[in-house]
Amino acid sequence: MTGNPLRSRRAEWLVTLPSLLWLGLFFAVPAVIVLAFTFHGHTPNGGVGEWSLETWRELVDPDYPAIVWNTIRISFEVTLWSIVLALPCAYAIARMNSRWRAIVAGSIMLPFWTSFVVRVFAWKTMLHPDGWLQSCYLTFLRVREWMFGWLPGSLKGLFVWMGLANSGPVDPAASTILDSEAAVVLVSVYSFLPFAIMPIYTAAEKFDFSLLEAARDLGAKSFYAFRKIFIPGIKQGLISAILMVFIPAIGSYVIPQMLGGTDCVLIGNKIFMRAIQNRNIPHASALATLMAVSVLIPIACAMWWKRRQNARDRKRLEAETARLMIGGASS
Amino acid sequence: MSNEFLIFDHVTKRFGALTAVDDVSFSVAKGEFFSLLGPSGCGKTTLLRMLGGFERPDSGRIYLEGKDITDLPPNQRRIHTVFQNYALFPTMTIWDNIAFSLKLAKMEKGEIEEKVDDILEMIQMSEHAWKYPSQLSGGQKQRVAIARALVDRPQVLLLDEPLAALDLKLRQHMLLELDTIHDQVGITFLYVTHDQGEAMSLSDRIAVLNRGKVEQLDGPAKIYEAPASRFVASFIGDTNFLSGEIVAVDGDYCTIQCEGFPAVKAFNDRKIKVGDSVDLSVRPEKIRVTLAPPPPEKGASINVFLSTVKDIVYQGVYTKYWIESSGKRLAALKPHSRFLLDQESITWNDEVFVWWHPDDGYMVEAK
Repeated sequence: MTGNPLRSRRAEWLVTLPSLLWLGLFFAVPAVIVLAFTFHGHTPNGGVGEWSLETWRELVDPDYPAIVWNTIRISFEVTLWSIVLALPCAYAIARMNSRWRAIVAGSIMLPFWTSFVVRVFAWKTMLHPDGWLQSCYLTFLRVREWMFGWLPGSLKGLFVWMGLANSGPVDPAASTILDSEAAVVLVSVYSFLPFAIMPIYTAAEKFDFSLLEAARDLGAKSFYAFRKIFIPGIKQGLISAILMVFIPAIGSYVIPQMLGGTDCVLIGNKIFMRAIQNRNIPHASALATLMAVSVLIPIACAMWWKRRQNARDRKRLEAETARLMIGGASS
Repeated sequence: MSNEFLIFDHVTKRFGALTAVDDVSFSVAKGEFFSLLGPSGCGKTTLLRMLGGFERPDSGRIYLEGKDITDLPPNQRRIHTVFQNYALFPTMTIWDNIAFSLKLAKMEKGEIEEKVDDILEMIQMSEHAWKYPSQLSGGQKQRVAIARALVDRPQVLLLDEPLAALDLKLRQHMLLELDTIHDQVGITFLYVTHDQGEAMSLSDRIAVLNRGKVEQLDGPAKIYEAPASRFVASFIGDTNFLSGEIVAVDGDYCTIQCEGFPAVKAFNDRKIKVGDSVDLSVRPEKIRVTLAPPPPEKGASINVFLSTVKDIVYQGVYTKYWIESSGKRLAALKPHSRFLLDQESITWNDEVFVWWHPDDGYMVEAK
């Protein structure tokens, strides 16, 4: 059916309108409001004051660069571990038969039936200094001490440097998992792993696995085929998995709040503190803007670089084709 | 012996209760174009996958140039496959697809470029080198898949129904091209197909497979003219079967009494005795159907009888006549030619002479 182009364009608008309205009302407008708040002062009773640059001046706090850097570093760590764990998992699910696939994919989503806060709280119990994970950790440290303790100093130093041996005697009070950065990374990976698995799995499900056979047939080892054929084949899924983990990890504040103690304060906690405890909405807005900008700038740079490279590739492609054509004609 | 380049030695493969390949033994000569022909589920693809290294036989061994390759993984065999769906890497350009095996072999950059450019020229795809597989047509993808598998000169090239996804015209064109490529590279080709036409026109030898067993292994003409079994006779081309009992043996010939037809004579190369029952296969194009009796100089030894035309099917190249005699039907083919116009044309329910030479009947499966 070929309709009137004008009419079909109107239909297109009509279909897009609800989502446009939704995005405009609940995303674009609030974002502009948040940005506008940063150019206001605050009132002592928690309101938004007059137009001023006071908030931005306050933001020059020597603590903030370290916190921003920590947030980005920990988010990277969480993303890396999530992807490393999600890749083989998604690959395995995609290769299962459809019955098992449904069961396993379903059980990955199962934790979502329990509230997020409850699950993080459960981790708090599990990681408690009197809990079983902590005692496992201590046992592990003591076994290590027993294994490497008898070594002469210099040789032991080598193992310590490699991260295999303990540097000193085991001190239970100083070696807790709870209230450390390790706890934040561990529980963040636990929470965000399904968000990494699902997009990769969706891409892997569409992947033609006979391509891996073709690669093997042409002389590739299994891992080479996985790296050179499978990974590029599911690139889109991989990118969305990275975004699906990295973005919530940047804004995360419940996990560091409950498990990070004083060791691990992230930008999310600071924003929460300024907005709720200090009732300084402009300051919280400025922090949020700062964070968004510091994430968006590298992404924008990466996109610009990628586009430039694509253009360069296209030019090279044209040149190469021309070379081959001339070569073919002269021979 | 040159015939022992590639050897399947009592190879068996089971999938659960199904025996896909049942104690198969045969050998392929170096440089040969060898076909595995059979209906779907006959085990031909399983044989190919075992040779590629993707399946392991339950028993039996496979030897290539005197070396036992049965347990080698696919990447350690110098055997490449052209897959039915081509399996070109969608994230790589045509050039990179073809260079894949050369890069894996850690070849020098200049050498890779030379080889890839050469083979691109051979398949006449030089101007498409920097395109991606999704930008190519079916026939072009096919050529790239062949080039990719041939570029590092494997010992054997496996082709798994490579033309199945192409339309008729392109298939005919690719048949010729495959033949040319085989002549150019001199590599052993192992071709899997269910299409007897493809197998006949390309192969030096054909193994006809049925239910995991080799029914016959011969050259194309031998398989067509002298099928080893009823299955081979019916799978390769079109044929008429006359089942009956031998009533007389006269030197090299015997007389068979078939149900519904007068007794017919056939060449008795199987030395069958009186009283045995046989299936006689007579190809439709060997049978002549005429309104006039056969010329007397054809002799008294030929098979002649009168019958009625029941159906006429015009098929372009020839016309197929179905004649019927007490419930049994026979098909006969007649080409179209101006030279045949002087004969009166045959229509439905005509009484016609049906005749063929006794040597054109071939006895299969004497029971």
